[in-house]
Amino acid sequence: MPEKKISLILKIWRQKNPDQQGKLVTYELSDISSSMSFLEMLDLLNEQLTIKAEEPVAFDNDCREGICGKCGAMVNGTPHGPERETTLCQLHMRHFKDGDTIYIEPFRSVAFPLIKDLVIDRSALDTVIMAGGYISVNAGSAVEANTHPVGRDVAEQAMDSAACIGCGACVAACPNASAMLFTGAKITQLALLPQGQPERKKRAASMVKTMDKLGFGGCTNIGECEKACPKNISITNIARLNHEYMRTILLADEK
Amino acid sequence: MQLDAKIPAGPIAQKWDNRRFEYNLVNPANRRKYTVLVIGTGLAGASAAATLGELGYNVKIFCLQDSPRRAHSIAAQGGINAAKNYQNDGDSVFRLFHDTIKGGDFRSREANVYRLAQLSNLIIDQCVAQGIPFAREYGGTLANRSFGGAQVSRTFYARGQTGQQLLLGAYSSLMRQVALGTVSLFPRRELMDVIVEEGRASGIICRNLINGQLESYNGHSVVLATGGYGNVFHLSTNAMASNVSAGWRAYKRGAGLANPCFVQIHPTCIPISGTHQSKLTLMSESLRNDGRVWVPKQAGDTRDPAKIPENERDYYLERKYPSFGNLVPRDIASRGAKEVCDQQRGVSETGQAVYLDFQDAIQRDGLNTIRYKYGNLFQMYQKITADNPETHPMKIYPAVHYTMGGLWVDYNLMTTIPGLFAIGEVNYSDHGANRLGASALMQGLADGYFVLPYSMGDYLATMGPVALSDTNQPLFKEATESIDNQTALLLKNNNSKKKGLQTVEHYHRKLGKTLWDHCGISRNKEGLQTALASIPEIRAEFWDNCLVPGTGLEFNQSLEKACRVADYLEFSEIMVQDALQREESCGCHLREESMSVDNEAQRDDKNFSHVTVWFHNGKEKTATTKREPLEFELSKPSTRNYK
Repeated sequence: MPEKKISLILKIWRQKNPDQQGKLVTYELSDISSSMSFLEMLDLLNEQLTIKAEEPVAFDNDCREGICGKCGAMVNGTPHGPERETTLCQLHMRHFKDGDTIYIEPFRSVAFPLIKDLVIDRSALDTVIMAGGYISVNAGSAVEANTHPVGRDVAEQAMDSAACIGCGACVAACPNASAMLFTGAKITQLALLPQGQPERKKRAASMVKTMDKLGFGGCTNIGECEKACPKNISITNIARLNHEYMRTILLADEK
Repeated sequence: MQLDAKIPAGPIAQKWDNRRFEYNLVNPANRRKYTVLVIGTGLAGASAAATLGELGYNVKIFCLQDSPRRAHSIAAQGGINAAKNYQNDGDSVFRLFHDTIKGGDFRSREANVYRLAQLSNLIIDQCVAQGIPFAREYGGTLANRSFGGAQVSRTFYARGQTGQQLLLGAYSSLMRQVALGTVSLFPRRELMDVIVEEGRASGIICRNLINGQLESYNGHSVVLATGGYGNVFHLSTNAMASNVSAGWRAYKRGAGLANPCFVQIHPTCIPISGTHQSKLTLMSESLRNDGRVWVPKQAGDTRDPAKIPENERDYYLERKYPSFGNLVPRDIASRGAKEVCDQQRGVSETGQAVYLDFQDAIQRDGLNTIRYKYGNLFQMYQKITADNPETHPMKIYPAVHYTMGGLWVDYNLMTTIPGLFAIGEVNYSDHGANRLGASALMQGLADGYFVLPYSMGDYLATMGPVALSDTNQPLFKEATESIDNQTALLLKNNNSKKKGLQTVEHYHRKLGKTLWDHCGISRNKEGLQTALASIPEIRAEFWDNCLVPGTGLEFNQSLEKACRVADYLEFSEIMVQDALQREESCGCHLREESMSVDNEAQRDDKNFSHVTVWFHNGKEKTATTKREPLEFELSKPSTRNYK
């Protein structure tokens, strides 16, 4: 695809630290190549700000391949911007038109306190994993890998859920700031596999409890999370979370 | 002077057993009395910290990311090797060992590589038990695919996201230990210095990236699991924050740095498209299982690839290497691409690309099969380039990917500083002059799950009960002051009216171009000398004219980057000196002066069958080298032949 150059008006959330008031600041940026990624467009802005001895826009990012889950911002009100199944780093400027105005803001949720500009603290998601997003198997105690056959369809389904990159877009998209897509994806992955069975009930109960405690809201089946997910994690993961949770509660006497 | 690798006695298959028996053990009740500091949460760091925690040690783990799950191991796509021989195709521990030694062009240590091959099977068991959804056959058993440099199918994979799945497995084990209280997690911390007290590593200084404060931590030992230095080239497949700093700071404290010139250039990456580019994206080597690499036979042929008939295409890897074809090791594939582009037969507007074509595979196996294997890679390619690989061949070009060189470690994974261990990509150990595909994940996890937890026990048991270093003592204070001074120097132009100031990025780009041009896919004496002359100039300019906004006591990404680039500007000089002194071609390191008659890399075993280890002698002083001679008892160094 031939390269084009466009100009944009950017309205970016600037906030020096959590204690100070933030606001949208307008920047005009030109000479943006259509083959740039969204983050490379921000790099260009930051280079220009730096040369003018102004403070560049802080934003989290790392792999720039759509897999580490570190980047993310609201672009015109949508997490990771307009393209489906695309992280911010994989969003390319060819999807924008010359003269467009773009609003760029951090992911917002009570559970994701702001650090600076577009940078937020998502360690609450790590805390959810700590509550049971694992299989308790010490190094050295594993059985031979082919001991438990896993049907290809089951492995594929588990992989669909395991593809979650922990970016938090689902939380940012949800009017309730629910983390149930994130939590449901991990619960589903481990509930589907034979290795996940021994801790299945404890896991669902503990992860849901932790999620609630951290200030994430509940799911009311709006579906924004699924739409915003850059890895196409299906909302059926939430159905399974509910199923696993009910199973735990209703069958509580079963050991 | 020679270095002692502390290789155990006995026949190779028994060496690791022998060593494990020799190791002293720490009584389970005493383990909590020892504090181990682990830096980095990639495959090696996370698996090591989790395992040490499981054993009962008191572990502190640090990462510069917001979460341990972001470490760059996550981006590994293709797979992980193991000698399971599930395909019944003749694989064995010895064959995996042999392929890895040969793939590394006989520049790695036999005993380490053999141990790696032995441990490979345990890793797969461990990962499956953690709930990693590896690809399966219809009958429910684990599936495998082929990778470069091997004629057996031994690579385990989870779509094109194997690194992600393995890392999330190690991360989940790590978080379990954090929840249990054996491991304390310190995210958004970057290692700034290693403290060496009375000859032993006894602490670290970190920058808290949220508030800029320097923090001191003490430990009975320190483990660096901080990854490779590919980003010294500015453009590479590494993540933006991947850096050399931890290894470099350790080097300046006395750790030996081995073969820094061994840098793997991966043949299948998305080519550079403009000056704005911030990184290069890898397309997994697994694509070479089904994709065929070609360029037009005629120089300057700019026709659409679909319009170039079969007989006017040059499938140059299949032509030159009929037995391995498109699956030759990475260094050979990269060199092949450069060669045809140098002959003006490269494609795309820049002429710096070759085709990777799936049409034959799609016709043979059907689109659905190909989508099943590579769907997410095709999607990634399309997002970046806006071209569809199902209908148009991919355009690819080599890019800096992995660094085989790194901190020298002995068989116990300890650097030349007692108590300072290095695991994963940051060390030099198992890959010689070229790493085979799907071996990095294997090494990271072998080091973390199954080697370091044993050798660490021995180190601590031998040391006995020793009090932790006092973080208020002068050693920590001096180190902190020296970092503060560096910060002040980096920020000095902040309010200056000086003309001609430039961003950190500017100097990084400049250094990267110098290195790519003179110390990249092929190297020669003159070019390396040119690079050696320019690096100090760029460095001086950087310290004079670099503009870093903000202060040192806040969240400041420009300052983070400036510290890393400052280290690249020093490290690169040693890397180029290393390339200059190694007057042979081996693996990734192609010296144009050392080529065979049929234009292949020519090793010089007589003069270079050793590891070159660099040592720091203080500021402004010349670095000196020591050697670890390489002895090959089981594999016979031969000319690598993939024809």
